[in-house]
Amino acid sequence: MWQGEEHRLVTRKAAPLSDFARLMRRLSIDGPLLGSVILICAFGLVILYSAVGESTRLTVNQFVRLGIAIVAMLLVAQISPDFLRRWTPWAYVAGLILLLLVLVTGEVGQGARRWLNIGIRFQPSEMMKLAVPMAAAWYLHDRPIPPRAGQLLIIVAMIFVPTLLIARQPDLGTALLIAASGIIVIVLAGLPVRLMIALAVLAVPGALVLWNYMQDYQKQRVLTLLNPDSDPLGAGYNIIQSKIAIGSGGLFGKGWTNGSQAQLEFLPERDTDFIFAVMGEEFGLLGVLALLVLYVFVIGRGLWIATQAHDTYSRLLAGSISLTFFVYVFVNTAMVSGLIPVVGVPLPLVSFGGTSMVTLMAGFGILMSIHSDRKLLPH
Amino acid sequence: MDLLSPIKDHHSERRLFITRVIFSSIVAITLLAFVVARLVQLQILDYEHFAEQSQGNRIRIEAVPPIRGLVFDREGRVLAENLPAYQLELIPEQIHDIDDTLNRLAGLELIEADAIPQLKTLIASGPRFKPVTLRLRMSEEEVANFAIQRPRFPGVDLRPRLVRYYPHGPAVAHAVGYVGALSENDLQVLDIARYAATGQTGKTGVEQSFENTLHGEPGYQHVVTDARGRVIPADTGELLDSLPADAHPTPGSNVYLSIDLDLQLLAQKALEGRRGAIVAIDPWSGEVLAMVSAPSFDPNLFAAGMTTSQFAELQDDLNRPLFNRALRGTYPPGSTIKPMLSLAALQVGATNLTRKRVCIGYFMLPNSTHRYRDWRPEGHGEVDLHDAIEQSCDVYFYELSVDLGIDNMHYYLDQFGLGKATGVDVRGERIGINPSRDWKRSAFSNPDDQRWYHGETVIASIGQGYMLTSPLQLANATAALATRGTRFRPHLVAASEDGLSGQRTLIRPERIADADVDNEFYWDTVLGAMHDVMQGVRGTARQVGLGAPYEMAGKSGTAQVFSVAQEEEYEEEEVEERLRDHALFISFAPLDDPKIAVAVIVENGSSGSRVAAPIARAIMDEYLGVTDVAR
Repeated sequence: MWQGEEHRLVTRKAAPLSDFARLMRRLSIDGPLLGSVILICAFGLVILYSAVGESTRLTVNQFVRLGIAIVAMLLVAQISPDFLRRWTPWAYVAGLILLLLVLVTGEVGQGARRWLNIGIRFQPSEMMKLAVPMAAAWYLHDRPIPPRAGQLLIIVAMIFVPTLLIARQPDLGTALLIAASGIIVIVLAGLPVRLMIALAVLAVPGALVLWNYMQDYQKQRVLTLLNPDSDPLGAGYNIIQSKIAIGSGGLFGKGWTNGSQAQLEFLPERDTDFIFAVMGEEFGLLGVLALLVLYVFVIGRGLWIATQAHDTYSRLLAGSISLTFFVYVFVNTAMVSGLIPVVGVPLPLVSFGGTSMVTLMAGFGILMSIHSDRKLLPH
Repeated sequence: MDLLSPIKDHHSERRLFITRVIFSSIVAITLLAFVVARLVQLQILDYEHFAEQSQGNRIRIEAVPPIRGLVFDREGRVLAENLPAYQLELIPEQIHDIDDTLNRLAGLELIEADAIPQLKTLIASGPRFKPVTLRLRMSEEEVANFAIQRPRFPGVDLRPRLVRYYPHGPAVAHAVGYVGALSENDLQVLDIARYAATGQTGKTGVEQSFENTLHGEPGYQHVVTDARGRVIPADTGELLDSLPADAHPTPGSNVYLSIDLDLQLLAQKALEGRRGAIVAIDPWSGEVLAMVSAPSFDPNLFAAGMTTSQFAELQDDLNRPLFNRALRGTYPPGSTIKPMLSLAALQVGATNLTRKRVCIGYFMLPNSTHRYRDWRPEGHGEVDLHDAIEQSCDVYFYELSVDLGIDNMHYYLDQFGLGKATGVDVRGERIGINPSRDWKRSAFSNPDDQRWYHGETVIASIGQGYMLTSPLQLANATAALATRGTRFRPHLVAASEDGLSGQRTLIRPERIADADVDNEFYWDTVLGAMHDVMQGVRGTARQVGLGAPYEMAGKSGTAQVFSVAQEEEYEEEEVEERLRDHALFISFAPLDDPKIAVAVIVENGSSGSRVAAPIARAIMDEYLGVTDVAR
């Protein structure tokens, strides 16, 4: 079949490029994406400095992590989508093996078994965040879309095996995100609308089954969301304090490092999952909207890259990476503002912590790689 | 290659994909719109509500303790003050190994090893950031000692604070009282808001009774706290700028006692090594000039905090140093009531100024063989009322009591305030017993016990039997004798001084109902006889009255502790010290212009005239400004 190898030699007529733009193109760097991501990171560092109680040490720590993550992004951007596609099944299988290893020999931290120590300590679930949508896109790449029912079942299995393994750790937040990234691939690949509606209807009994499968603390989170005031000093405390923090920020906020909720430690997990509340308190609605606009720009840029991609694998992967990033943003902001139950999802690029940052940036690296790959093709 | 596999239609696939991207974007934008709407709701619509909640979260009003008023004597000499002292504190959250730290502190003798388990419970009970006091007051030596070792004790620190200090310690302990740590019981009585920042409250004496005056009003300050209630230090103070101003505490009022420190110290010294009490009163005002109970204790131990072993030692002491004998000790008054009974007998006609009786050393009621003995076995011979008082003839009063009757005795002793509350301004006085028929009926439940017997009247006439009076009551009654019946409510506090303005409020003497004896001749006789007790030819205390440049009046009393069986002689040497009679003496001076009335009780002192009277004389000399003339 046509793989379009010969077309690679054809170059598109283009306006003359400046030296800088030529360098960017040679390094497969997408300027708008890089710029907006760096803006978010910079904004994030500013908030983080306040959220960690003005600790320079922790802020520098996070700055270094960001730097490493951005380097990782630029490195990943150099990998061509074809190369990525060919290695996808191996990455997926390796990820599954590591997940099984975690369940058997993983290190326990905070009541969950998430970490694997093979020379370096890392969470295999992070790797699966990219491996699952990659595998789903890889499976659909050679097949006509929309996929047929049998193929769908195979993809669903590919998605849910790692999801259930991660849910067993237990890490419900990551499991849901990974499932979402896979499902997004199916949806983008043209999952019939009738089927989606049917699944939505089935979600009700499904939720009941899930309820029985949930750990007590997970059930508690759902119950707490429905009525946080029932347990103001216990499980509802986080949501109540977070709402107070955001609400008391008002339109303009209390000013940087002046958020009493955050600075006086009323707000729990202020530098990780609840950093969005620190934002809302110190920078107000305007600051929060500014951040959301940046996020929307990154997502929009990602989706635009997806629509410009030249093959199914790239399209589906780019679309999934962009929309999964949206899911991150949505779940975290909705949870912190008390719209959905508290699931441990950090605010991407802003929350303190390194592992998920590298994964996110690697995802953006893939977007850049897909974007630059497209530019070598004729229209 | 599988030629039957459907051919991929790249254009339709791309179209489908773009449709799906648009669809997903719409879903995403809708979801994001929910979040934005939620943010608008929280930050704009409900802003006021949450802003208020966040304020309440971080600002706490903290009470600031007022400075306790000082206590002075009548000359303005300090009896109770507040001194800065260092206390040893430990902040649990800053300490890695609490056991080790406590053991090392005990090794330096900064805390008692025995107290460690108790301190550990205390440390475990509070929030980990809150300092726990290990020692309330450290000596200068200990402070220096700890200062050297301090780097070895992270999380342990010295904190200055004001500690109540009683410079004269034991000498004024029972009059001034002491402050101690607020207890649960105190908090049930006191206004919690007023005591929010106060750690100590008056437990006895003036400190207790004038707590309200001395305490002052707490101020308050706004403090910024974190979620655990930890106070944030001043560097986050900009948060406080928008708040209402803090209020300074109002210091408590100073209190001036009518106590004369010199007199008090003298009285304290006079009772050294003994158990007993001395109360001196200004008869024309009711001002208490001295109030001593011996043995005493160091009130600073309570104010600074003492170990359980120290407290146990005080509490278990057989001599009961914590017991305020002047106010709460009740003793048979013995012969000290004879002047009052004489007035009663004259008033009701049970005797007259010239009637004589023959004392043969004992008295027998009609139809009884029981001998009521005189203190002088051979008797006093022929005596009239004057002689009976001067020589303290018991038989004269035994006989007189039969005509007087217990109810008359009760009435007149009541006129002098015996067996009833004096109304002194310090809490805790015991009222004792002034027996009567009515009293006996209500005091006993068994009908046989409720009957009053003649024999009981006889022994009541020499202040024995049921009769019990406190040293304060005796001094108060003596003052009423000195003034010929004019009575004042005894009080220790003469004035208070506003802590801020320094304005003094004098406490006016409160005159109460006169004693019901209106014939000046009766007074002349009785007071004259009391004068002769001390300065007459045959007075029981004439040795004591010798050489005084002023005229004084007095009456000794000896109260039986141990009943001597019939036909037995009381042999002083043979009786154990604690079974010996109590020695009492009441006196006032000068005779014609009384300025001081004194009651002295020496427990197991054997003889009122030999043991108690010299003490009374010394006190009167001191107060009247007489320096050792004869002795």
